[in-house]
Amino acid sequence: MPTPVIGTSVRRKEGREKVTGKARYVDDLKFPGMLHGVTVRSPAPRGTIRSIRFAEGIPWQEFTVVTAADIPGKNCVALIVDDQPCLAAGVVNHPEEPVVLLAHADAYLLEEGRRGVSIEIEPLPAIFSIEDSLARKQIIWGSDNTFQSIVVEKGDVESAWRKADRIVEGKYFTGSQEQLYIEPQGMIATADREKGITIWGSLQCPYYIHKALAVLFDLPPEKIRIIQMETGGGFGGKEEYPSMIACHAALLAWKSGKPVKIIYDRAEDMAATTKRHPARIRHRTGVSRDGRLLAMDIEFVLDGGAYETLSPVVLSRGTIHAAGPYECPNVRIRSRAIATNAPPHGAFRGFGAPQSVFALERHFDRVAEELGLAPEEFRRRNFIREGQTLAVGQVVREPVDMNGLMERAFNMSDYRAKRERFARENRGRNTRKGIGFAAFLHGAGFTGSGEDYLASIVAVEATEEGRVRVLAASVEMGQGTNTIFAQIAADALGIEYDSIEIAQPDTANVPNSGPTVASRTCMVVGKLVESAALGLKQTLIGSGLLGERYTAAEFADSCRRYIAQWGPLKSTSQYAPPPELHWDDKNYRGDAYGAYAWAVYVAEVSVDLRTFEIAVENFTAVQEVGKVIHPVLAAGQIEGGVAQGIGLALYENVVWREGRMINNQMTNYIMPTSMDIPRIRVHFKEIPYPFGPAGAKGIGELPIDGAAPAVINAVAQATGANLTRIPVTPEALMEALEAMRA
Amino acid sequence: MPEARGAIRVTCNVNGKTMKFSAFPMERLLDVLRERIGLTGTKEGCGEGECGTCSVLLDGELVNSCLVPAAQVEGAEIRTIEGLATGEQLHAVQECFITHGGAQCGICTPGMILAAVNLLERNPRPTEANIREGLAGNLCRCTGYTKIFESVVRACEARSGKS
Amino acid sequence: MRSFLPAYALETPRDLSTALDRLAGDPGEWQPFAGGTDLMVLLDAGNLTHRRFLNIWGLRELRGIRQDSDFVTLGALTTYTDILRWPQMQHEFPLLCRAARETGGIATQNRGTLGGNIANASPAADSPPALLAYDAELELVSARGSRWIAYSNFHSGYKKMDLRPDELIARIRLPRRAQGGRQYYRKVGTRKAQAISKVCFAGAAHIEDKRIVDIRIALASVAAFPFRAAKTESVLRGRDLGEESIHAAQHELARDIAPIDDMRSSARYRLRIAQNLLEEFLIDCSAAN
Repeated sequence: MPTPVIGTSVRRKEGREKVTGKARYVDDLKFPGMLHGVTVRSPAPRGTIRSIRFAEGIPWQEFTVVTAADIPGKNCVALIVDDQPCLAAGVVNHPEEPVVLLAHADAYLLEEGRRGVSIEIEPLPAIFSIEDSLARKQIIWGSDNTFQSIVVEKGDVESAWRKADRIVEGKYFTGSQEQLYIEPQGMIATADREKGITIWGSLQCPYYIHKALAVLFDLPPEKIRIIQMETGGGFGGKEEYPSMIACHAALLAWKSGKPVKIIYDRAEDMAATTKRHPARIRHRTGVSRDGRLLAMDIEFVLDGGAYETLSPVVLSRGTIHAAGPYECPNVRIRSRAIATNAPPHGAFRGFGAPQSVFALERHFDRVAEELGLAPEEFRRRNFIREGQTLAVGQVVREPVDMNGLMERAFNMSDYRAKRERFARENRGRNTRKGIGFAAFLHGAGFTGSGEDYLASIVAVEATEEGRVRVLAASVEMGQGTNTIFAQIAADALGIEYDSIEIAQPDTANVPNSGPTVASRTCMVVGKLVESAALGLKQTLIGSGLLGERYTAAEFADSCRRYIAQWGPLKSTSQYAPPPELHWDDKNYRGDAYGAYAWAVYVAEVSVDLRTFEIAVENFTAVQEVGKVIHPVLAAGQIEGGVAQGIGLALYENVVWREGRMINNQMTNYIMPTSMDIPRIRVHFKEIPYPFGPAGAKGIGELPIDGAAPAVINAVAQATGANLTRIPVTPEALMEALEAMRA
Repeated sequence: MPEARGAIRVTCNVNGKTMKFSAFPMERLLDVLRERIGLTGTKEGCGEGECGTCSVLLDGELVNSCLVPAAQVEGAEIRTIEGLATGEQLHAVQECFITHGGAQCGICTPGMILAAVNLLERNPRPTEANIREGLAGNLCRCTGYTKIFESVVRACEARSGKS
Repeated sequence: MRSFLPAYALETPRDLSTALDRLAGDPGEWQPFAGGTDLMVLLDAGNLTHRRFLNIWGLRELRGIRQDSDFVTLGALTTYTDILRWPQMQHEFPLLCRAARETGGIATQNRGTLGGNIANASPAADSPPALLAYDAELELVSARGSRWIAYSNFHSGYKKMDLRPDELIARIRLPRRAQGGRQYYRKVGTRKAQAISKVCFAGAAHIEDKRIVDIRIALASVAAFPFRAAKTESVLRGRDLGEESIHAAQHELARDIAPIDDMRSSARYRLRIAQNLLEEFLIDCSAAN
């Protein structure tokens, strides 16, 4: 039997194509007779469409023009509730809302066409802030602008205040953040009234798009086919929005009878597609004088933009993560996702948790300060342990040693010595240094009953050549899906990694293993890969064509013989929840996630008081993640997530004007370069999770949850400023320090 | 609608082969490569010269192909990602990007690799600071850069016979 | 790619004289196109309003760096990479090297030209403060002849400059007497690389004992165009360098500059940082003595 490959950094399945330029992204495809498509969008944040005018001098007869009137089925992008139109009809509710679609074979002439369509809007008063939405200055959605509200209660917060020796309050804000995948969004569609619709695209969730098209066109499922092309980054930005573009391309293909390609340019992608939900978080924390948590009262509000899309789910995750890896007997979290007249906000790695974790970890440094305790001492006295319950009432049923992780992170980063030295040496210097940390957790998989609802399926089949193919809807978008699935299958079957193939995610061929989101691909879908592979092995052994022990060659041979004798050999596995996992949707209590990854991150910064520029000098990321399937890929996830978290903390500022992002160019939306990110040190602790493949948990989102508060806690040490809002740009730091002096 | 003007004929050398094509004079080299010549390995990330995803080597110098007009490549020698490997044999930088995690989603990878190759051709023993500066014009959203540095450092070692 | 490409002309004149004849024949009809690092960005965004361009990239007469006893003269098509590769530049004009190194990334430095940068007249350009600190002069050529002007007189307003429609910037020369003394350059951008500046400061000073014999202070991103802070210079010239003169200069600087709020930064920040950089420069000068 070949040596097991799980736990080793095998050669990536997707590697060679990517480094030679052979990998095919959607814009690399060209079809005969193909048209290019563009979207004409609302210039106003809210109002009624008075007229749509087509300028003179453009050969409109050559163009395909689509409006809402052309939609065969329901005019919506089906997701959770069907409130978001595919094309605005009569009213618009946010700037950049799609109104008209155009197609033409000549991409340059098409741009003339886009310029030549004017949409006249009779304005209605619009709202742009959480405050105005909560105050109901205008009702722009539903009866009270509220997409969703959640209440989590543990113990009795109100009665606990009396027992507290100290009560500390704080208010925190996190801004929007653009996913900024380097490959802009794009889709190609062909549509035939007989054969149906086929989509090729840059996407994370083939079956989300499948459902959206079925509703838009009122077509049966077998008439819709979604094929994922190589995807140049997603981070959640290609979770739900691609459905919109696929619908648009399909409408143009339907009307024109030709293949249509829509590729967003960067300015359009940034202004029109989803971004991270801005958040306002209020903490009220009661503690005993010896630093024990008695009560936590948290208000968590997310700005969802103009339509519901995924806001309830983002709210859910942010809420569940809001009280962190701590034991507190009395907790109340009241959360709300509200509407404003901005393009809908959406999925972005972390999905609500970066927002609530930032607030918590900043707040806890402050609570420690009020108590006269070192921040790590306050954490140490309150870290949750096995057998205790999280805020939603979930009993921690795995060994967790937050203090051990913290000590490891501190050793690796020389935290204590540096903290002391910086405090001593900063006085009177123009460059101040600081070191700070954040402690946090991230639940993998869909929340609560979400995975039950998804009921994901994976198939593993043998080929006539004796190779094995994995069939799943999970996409590769940089994280190494194909590689880890192949590792899992290879070890489950006891055969060579090289004999495993991963099918391209194509809804005509692969079952619905759910979306590539929520840190579930390895832990949940990978587990199904493992069990489907084991099922395949059992079938072969059960058929008598394979012994209990075999060589790789014998395995291949038995596949060939089985297929020759019995026909196709395919094993499927469907998700079943781990036993004893119970979630009460109605009361929002119970086992929110099957498993959590646990982490402590340490950031070291230097602050130039002449320019207020902040540089991250060192970063240490320590986490417990179950079994690490591929060390290089896993470390890559941590490093990439940390870099995005540093961006969220210091650089990435979305500048809004009347609901529109005005710095929608890479020149003015600042993402860190190679000069801005230090070497990131990564350490994994591995405590196998029994229900993950080979013991693995999910890690994709974990790193972005804790990076920003670690950085800001370090800046706070360096400068003494109580920073409560991110990003902390140099301008913001200057204002904060001036306010302190005043 | 503005009056249309004519295309021009351009002759240049791409990856060692002579290419003759028609293009509009202000047509981006990026689009010439992808649409006219059919070399889709060079990618578009921003169209504003900020991300470096479209980097190619033009007469031996790294340029953002989204900012170079077709009229200016007459007689030029252009090297794209497709011209890097020698048959089946990958360039050391390509090989190290696979094994050391320098590529994740791969979209910035062609430009990043060419930038690294160009850096090493000028400075075979760069320090990490040199690497950071040399690659500062190439943005990566996936990796956080750590493994890109590692890949380039390993490629240096491989080329100088160490490792 | 938001422009209707077929509407754009980019013609390649075979030499400088032909180019100048073109410009003279239809004044304002043609605009020069060098490395494209500014114009192609506008083209891509659909914001390039001018349609007819002269491709001057290949004009050898506008390339090359030469030196004689009085000047180092750079052709207008000198790229930032050319500047960084010229062996004596770091020693003779280090501020210009700093500026070149901080302009975009390697790919931008390979294609951006000094002449293009000057003519594009962005208020936030990186090289102009160094050029101003070095008392650079520009040679402007046309079919009618040529003239030299001080670069400090070139800009008169936002994108308004002393460049006639039939003229091209041909050469930039830096007086070698401008070397020496204390030199300082600092660009404060949105990040450490590939950044547009929020404040860019270049300073050069000759100090004898404690006296400021001569001083040049140039800034970008704090006014409609890069400029010499003349009022601030006059407050310092002839004075002893010390806490008092530094504060006086900082106070005067607020009157010299006119920073704005924009999507990158705020007027308050720009003013404060400009004053801080001035202080850093002056402290740097006194430390050396």
